[in-house]
Amino acid sequence: MAPAPLSPSSDITLHVNGEKYPLSVDHRTTLLDALRERLDLTGTKKGCDQGQCGACTVLLDGRRAVACLQLAVAADGREITTIEGLADQERLHPVQQAFLDADGYQCGYCTPGQICSAVAVLREHAAGWPSAATDDVRPEAGPPPLTAEEIRERMSGNLCRCGAYVSIVQAVARAAESEEAAV
Amino acid sequence: MTTSTTATATAGVTTAQGAVGTAHTRVEGRDKVTGAARYAAELPFPGLVHGWLVTSSVTRGRIRAIDSEPVLALPGVLAVLHHGNAPRLNTDYVGMLGAPDPTAAVLQDDRVPHAAWPVALVVAETPEQAREAAETLAVTYDEEPHDVDFTADRPAAYPAEGQMPAVTEKGDLTAELAACAVVLDAEYTTPEEQHAMMEPHAATARWEDGRLDVVDSNQGATWIQGELANLFSLDPSAVRVRSEHVGGGFGSKGIRAHQVAAAMAASVLDRPVRVVLTRRQMFSLTGHRSPTVQRIRLGADTDGRLRALDHHSVNRTSAVYEFVEPATLPSRVMYDAHAHRTAHEVVRLDVPSPTWMRAPGEAPGSFALESALDELAEKLGLDPVELRLRNEPDHGPVSGLPFSGRNLDACFREGARRFGWDRRDPRPGVRREGRWLLGTGTAAASFPSGAGPSTAAVTAEPDGTFTVRIAAADIGTGARTALTLVAADALRVAPDRVRVRIGDSAFGPAMIAGGSTGTRSWAWAVTAAAGELRERLALGAGALPPEGITVRSDTTEAIAALEARERYSFGAQFAEVAVDPGTGEVRVRRMLGIFAAGRIVNPLTARGQFIGGMTWGLSMALHEETVRDRITGGHYGADLAGYHIAAHADVPHIEADWVDDPYPDDPVGIKGIGEIGIVGAAAAIANAVWHATGRRHRRLPIRPDRVLAAGGPDA
Amino acid sequence: MREFGYQRATDVPGAVALLDADPAARFLGGGTNLVDLMKTGVERPARLVDVRELPLDGIEPTPEGGLRIGATATNSDLAAHPAVRRRYPVLAQAVLAGASGQLRNMATVGGNLLQRTRCGYFTDPTRPCNKRDPGSGCPAIEGEHHNHAILGASEHCVAVHPSDMGVALTALDAVVTYETADGPGALPLGDLYLPVGDTPHRETALPPGALITGVTLPPAPAAARSRYRKVRERASYAFAIGSVAAALDVRDGTVREVRLALGAVASHPWRARAAERALTGAPADATAFAAAADTELAAATPLPGNAYKVTLLRNLVVAVLTELAVEAAR
Repeated sequence: MAPAPLSPSSDITLHVNGEKYPLSVDHRTTLLDALRERLDLTGTKKGCDQGQCGACTVLLDGRRAVACLQLAVAADGREITTIEGLADQERLHPVQQAFLDADGYQCGYCTPGQICSAVAVLREHAAGWPSAATDDVRPEAGPPPLTAEEIRERMSGNLCRCGAYVSIVQAVARAAESEEAAV
Repeated sequence: MTTSTTATATAGVTTAQGAVGTAHTRVEGRDKVTGAARYAAELPFPGLVHGWLVTSSVTRGRIRAIDSEPVLALPGVLAVLHHGNAPRLNTDYVGMLGAPDPTAAVLQDDRVPHAAWPVALVVAETPEQAREAAETLAVTYDEEPHDVDFTADRPAAYPAEGQMPAVTEKGDLTAELAACAVVLDAEYTTPEEQHAMMEPHAATARWEDGRLDVVDSNQGATWIQGELANLFSLDPSAVRVRSEHVGGGFGSKGIRAHQVAAAMAASVLDRPVRVVLTRRQMFSLTGHRSPTVQRIRLGADTDGRLRALDHHSVNRTSAVYEFVEPATLPSRVMYDAHAHRTAHEVVRLDVPSPTWMRAPGEAPGSFALESALDELAEKLGLDPVELRLRNEPDHGPVSGLPFSGRNLDACFREGARRFGWDRRDPRPGVRREGRWLLGTGTAAASFPSGAGPSTAAVTAEPDGTFTVRIAAADIGTGARTALTLVAADALRVAPDRVRVRIGDSAFGPAMIAGGSTGTRSWAWAVTAAAGELRERLALGAGALPPEGITVRSDTTEAIAALEARERYSFGAQFAEVAVDPGTGEVRVRRMLGIFAAGRIVNPLTARGQFIGGMTWGLSMALHEETVRDRITGGHYGADLAGYHIAAHADVPHIEADWVDDPYPDDPVGIKGIGEIGIVGAAAAIANAVWHATGRRHRRLPIRPDRVLAAGGPDA
Repeated sequence: MREFGYQRATDVPGAVALLDADPAARFLGGGTNLVDLMKTGVERPARLVDVRELPLDGIEPTPEGGLRIGATATNSDLAAHPAVRRRYPVLAQAVLAGASGQLRNMATVGGNLLQRTRCGYFTDPTRPCNKRDPGSGCPAIEGEHHNHAILGASEHCVAVHPSDMGVALTALDAVVTYETADGPGALPLGDLYLPVGDTPHRETALPPGALITGVTLPPAPAAARSRYRKVRERASYAFAIGSVAAALDVRDGTVREVRLALGAVASHPWRARAAERALTGAPADATAFAAAADTELAAATPLPGNAYKVTLLRNLVVAVLTELAVEAAR
């Protein structure tokens, strides 16, 4: 029996930066395109649209994810934080402030993704997650110190073609010293 | 109230006091870290529709038919443009930077000269509809055989000038080589490389009040305005191009298929049309660095003095456009010899057109030349730094002109001191640390300091602030911030009273962000206008009129009046690497670059420019290579998982610094710093790999498989 | 990407029934591979059944002393799990060596095993590929193949499987469990992937419409001393050009048990059984490790552009086993 044709679109609600956005979406629409084209939240960048650059990194239910490979319809009801949702009014998030102070960017296009990713890196590290740079992953070994090498490995999903990696790593390390950054 | 001033060349560096020379965070920094900065595809337009380019599935041939009807019946599809119905373009012109690459003049005929050539533009109400329509558009072809096989010995290679002589020569090369105690003869190859800036090429075009209004991502609003005016046979005043934030350019963001296609569709549909290239399309439609094969012959006396230098380079270009990758440029300025010869040749094949890419010529050329110097030092038993210092020329080796400052020796001495070069054991392949072999290497860097005519307007506002307007582009260089500091000093006010507006062709003609000339060119114009304005205000203007007082400048005459000189920045690169001979992995452990690059306007952002360039050199040395597939003629793995640029984990702590380098030929003392960081960096790494393993890598990138193939002390 | 229907499954029988009713449907997990392939036109499903919210994300000890990993557990949760890190460090390391932090947060265990090859001919619909378009040919054999297979390939396809996790799971004798409309089933991971032969488009032995529900790891005391090493063309965020998952139990200088699997060498994670047999009972030294690696790689049939992989894998096997042996001797 041939299956009944299904609707190619759905009514969903995107929860972005604490706001609820009811939306009818074409199922083909990615979360990235929904943010940029439908909600005018263009801070989340489209670098490759293939999960290969990290420019579209957002926080999905508190964890970093690439919005380009996340279908909007499948993000219905999930908590989404974008670069526009990190600052507390006029007060920048410590990671944002650290990028600004350390000149952790040049053209700025990968920057929102780098910052969202860095916010998550600090959380993941605080939760004791190991990385590929961690010598001993056994829990008995304890959480690895957040060295430059650990930061580089954990941030490697965010490409920066301007070559601002050195100052980005400095910015993340500086932000890590801030107590509120990992909250 | 508006007046004009003509800038004059000034001798002497402006005083060090003031904003220039002190670190300032970017004036647009807050917008960039909060996501508020809007790039080309991010400005909303009522009634916006989306164009999607369709590219050829064959590598070479002719379009037989395009079946638009089924696609036009799909939901939301508004138009299918192709060579049979697209507006005609004028390509018979010479623009600001030369004749156009026909790749940008899309949809004009049925020829397919290379893989992934644009054959149609589909326009639809939403991006999803446009993508599906583009994917399903049926295009049939009469396919023809392709030839993409690039080698140096192709008989069809011919000398080509580009923007400089194809050949320079003096002395009797054969005789000098025969008379030399030590001769090096080696071939070096560099691959096709991609700009791969993070922001894809994007443009939104619309007609408004009889004018073509284009919001675009480019390296020069004036440049793109001129190209579009020429292509569409419009008066330049009927075209406005805006480009406020640009997500990287590196030479690729000029006139491209996306602006032209968007303007065509806007004309046909009379709606705002946005065209954004996909990452995959960028690999074939936005230029690349041509591969090169370079042969270098060096002859020296036993004391290391060069007597013969021969640098021959062949690069590949497309069938539709001649582009010369001027890889012998470093040899034309770095080292002199009694017999000195350089030559550029090109081979035309069925590939996409190459273009300028960060340090065109200098980047691949310095890999070859500075590797060759290292090999010569090895043969001579001479320290590589000392060999370079012994060959510092007094005058341009080719031009015979004096240098407007060189200071390469200061860079090497300071760099060697800080890097710890004097503790280096010259023997290769003898340092181990666990599974790693360690080595260090060095190389010299050079890059021209140029300037292009620009205009600027500076306004004294009634509220005591100042507004600078100039069609500059900040592609990540920090130009907007640098110009703020330069203007503040010229006006003798604090930077927070100056607002710099850029990226709008309506501000008048200005140089592009390219060739490391942007900030120098624009700062010159801004200094001239601001200085004149300050003098006028000092005369006591009284209360300002509501529109303020504006002074305009034009540097055309001042730049033309510059005396002929060799104007260059120089630098010394150092690198330490670790090589696992069992797996072929190479890790760069540290890099240091010391530069003589004129006056540094903003140390914070300047350091980023140098380190960014050095990071490119690392990426070029170890990672970057476009695989041009002989079988299909296409690009194998045309995405950012297939084309590797360095990631965070590849890049160690890199330091960059500079020596004093007065530059009296520029009113601010600026030389330009966007490109020199990459020059020599790949050679320093390759030389370090030799020092670690005892094996020379004359082919980039130094991939694990190539390290394994080369063998080594442990393999 | 053509229009498609979307349904979010809330229980396993429901998910399986939805796919059973529509051969043009696909399960959607994290989407990190499928959505990309849909954008490039390699995959054109008519319906997606979203299984991410199925209650299959647990990671629990089994009564036998092994571990049961749910199919929708994310890579991140797997790599961060204390029991995985303690008892199967090779698995945590393999997962952490793959992709990026963002992708590991999205990707699921089931999806990881079923991801498609990253061969550049497969991912470019304008080019021939027997896996994507059976009978169209394999340009890789004459063309670009420097990261293609050296073991188990055929003249129809030389693509490699991109998974890191799968290499570790293969070394650990993982068993894949699945559900179909006709009931549950299980396959050892070693039997999940079909030989390439002349049907490279048929990749797994799963029945049509099967939903992977989880992976079971048997107890493996030897895995307490285990390691994953991956070589790639940049230091992170790249697919392997060669990798090794190894576990080693050494007593008195003699190999009691060894588990060895190789990545980026074949159309599936490659269990190095010949090397394991050669090593069991042999002295735990570099000579024996090299001989065992040579035994395994004797079957290699490299192409001109990927012969280096034989050297690379041999050296990797020796290096990783030597490191484990040195640790054991401490």
